[in-house]
Amino acid sequence: MEKVIDKTQEQLELWCSAPGIEFISKEAKEAYKKRTRRIANAIQLKKPDRVPFVPMWEYFYARYANVSCYDVVYDTEIAKRATKKTITELEPDAYQSPIFFGVGSLLDALDVKQLRWPGHGIDLNMGHQFVEEEYMKADEYDALIYDPSDFMLRKYLPRVCGNLKAFEALSPLRSLFAYWNFYPNLFAFGTPEGMEATRKLLEAGQASLNYITFLTSFAKEMNGLGFPCWNGALAGAPFDAISDTLRGTNGMVLDMYRQPEAVKETCEKFAGMLLDMAIATAKITGIPITFVPLHKGTAPTRDGKGGLLSPKQFEEFYWPTLKKVMLGLIDNGLVPNLLIEGDYTSRLEIIKDVPKGKCIYHFENVDIHKAKKILGDRVCFRGSVPMRLLALGAPQEVRDYCKEIIDVLGEGGGFIMDASMASEDAKPENIRAMIEFTKEYGVYR
Amino acid sequence: MAEDLVKVMADLKEEEALRIVKKRLDKGDDPMKILEDSRNAMEIVGKRFADGEYFIPDLIYSGEILKQISEMVKPKLARAVQSKKLGKFILGTVAGDIHDIGKNIVGFMLDVNGFEVIDLGVDVPAQKFVEKMKESGAPIIGLSGFLTLAFDSMKETVAAITAAGMRDKVKIMIGGGVIDEEIRKYTGADAYGQDAMAAVQLAKEWVEPK
Repeated sequence: MEKVIDKTQEQLELWCSAPGIEFISKEAKEAYKKRTRRIANAIQLKKPDRVPFVPMWEYFYARYANVSCYDVVYDTEIAKRATKKTITELEPDAYQSPIFFGVGSLLDALDVKQLRWPGHGIDLNMGHQFVEEEYMKADEYDALIYDPSDFMLRKYLPRVCGNLKAFEALSPLRSLFAYWNFYPNLFAFGTPEGMEATRKLLEAGQASLNYITFLTSFAKEMNGLGFPCWNGALAGAPFDAISDTLRGTNGMVLDMYRQPEAVKETCEKFAGMLLDMAIATAKITGIPITFVPLHKGTAPTRDGKGGLLSPKQFEEFYWPTLKKVMLGLIDNGLVPNLLIEGDYTSRLEIIKDVPKGKCIYHFENVDIHKAKKILGDRVCFRGSVPMRLLALGAPQEVRDYCKEIIDVLGEGGGFIMDASMASEDAKPENIRAMIEFTKEYGVYR
Repeated sequence: MAEDLVKVMADLKEEEALRIVKKRLDKGDDPMKILEDSRNAMEIVGKRFADGEYFIPDLIYSGEILKQISEMVKPKLARAVQSKKLGKFILGTVAGDIHDIGKNIVGFMLDVNGFEVIDLGVDVPAQKFVEKMKESGAPIIGLSGFLTLAFDSMKETVAAITAAGMRDKVKIMIGGGVIDEEIRKYTGADAYGQDAMAAVQLAKEWVEPK
């Protein structure tokens, strides 16, 4: 009889076996294996030795090390020192790559309009913020679906990158299928504006290479010290991909009423694109955890009133293609790590429909008792110490809250401790309280 | 006929609503009457939202329909409409935060419910709220914020209003993704609202004391 292979288990086992990692000591190797095993068990709803702690620290690395957000965004040496200090002193079970660090020169080269960052429209001590606009028009769905790459190159990039505006004048690259089409179709690269834009693109390319080099060499060093990296790949909900970066909240809302079929078709297209991207990235990183941040499907109140999408819209426009992405990841042995903004208490029954022991659900806000009851035998929970508590509360309040969620969400396993979202505004003493308490109280006996 | 527009618009039937408006304008109906019907429809939309029957997309869509109707009606108006306003309301996203989706929905719902909204935009320094208060004499301020950094910006804004000796002249409400009653206490604001209709409700209570 053919043995059914559990791909999730296969990929997690591979991760736990730490292939190719050069450890600085036997202790570091043991620590790495213990940590990955702890996490792999939690994900698969087995009981680990204790509750793992995997923080989404982002700019907290800068805050903890007392350097500015500007410094870490522009200087990879400072970024590396700050991140390393935080990780080695606080010892999480896995660390999140400092993915927003070291990107300053790239953003400058492109003159990115879709973002404001420290020193560029944002205080030096604050993290970047997103600028939502209608970067794609209501009547451009057909063009997007016909040739997404062409749309990105000639429509999207010129709109969101001030320095790539000249690419508007390019011919579609798909026209370059024969030598006689080369002759007239490359001229826009040759104009003074085209040459300048291309030069800026090369600059950005160099910055991108530096960024990748920074993250991979940093991961190598941290792995060697015994700290697993959490960032395997990035995906998302197709609805969000279109709403966040292309149509904007308002535009996407109107499209749901006026051209629902175009929205659905584009979500389908993006499901495939997001999946392909994630699978390709995970092959390179060798880490199965795939980040799936959810934005626009929110039901902000616990009774389900006032949501960013109605229950019906959620089931019609949001969930089907999100589920498709998740199942696609799972089929490839990857673990969707959903970060669920808002309060999803009223949507628990819908998002329950996934295979057992393959996903992580990181709720920003949820009724923990209901969540455990409805999803406890299905997914691993992550979170969710409220940022309000971490930013403004006292360490004892943090410990009390951690006790409650370990007791409820952590019962029997299937739980990873973290804050409710990125912890950039957390007080270091509160983060410390959270870690110490988890390591002490979170032990399974 | 009049009944139709109210119902059709409250049910978010865009094309039908616009068709009715065009027909009524063509046959010389009073444009003021059309605007009044639209306002009545918006009131129903607001009520359905508060009841959990409508959601944020429905608010956004109804706003889009209203905008189009206003544009159709405007050229037919003999003079600018001087509708009676319930009161001035200063609105803004606090310093350091550039998020505005929630703030804009709140501003829109306040507007259709009869408030004169003075929207200061995003990343608004505390001092600017104070200056605008002095200039306009608005009795209500609404502070919006999406990020955790807004906790302190809101607190500082309330403190700046107090420092200017104007705290007893205004009521301050706060709202946004991460805001709750605990943050309300921390900032020293008078109230926190969960959504746009909560803001409208609070503002109405504040200008029409029972």
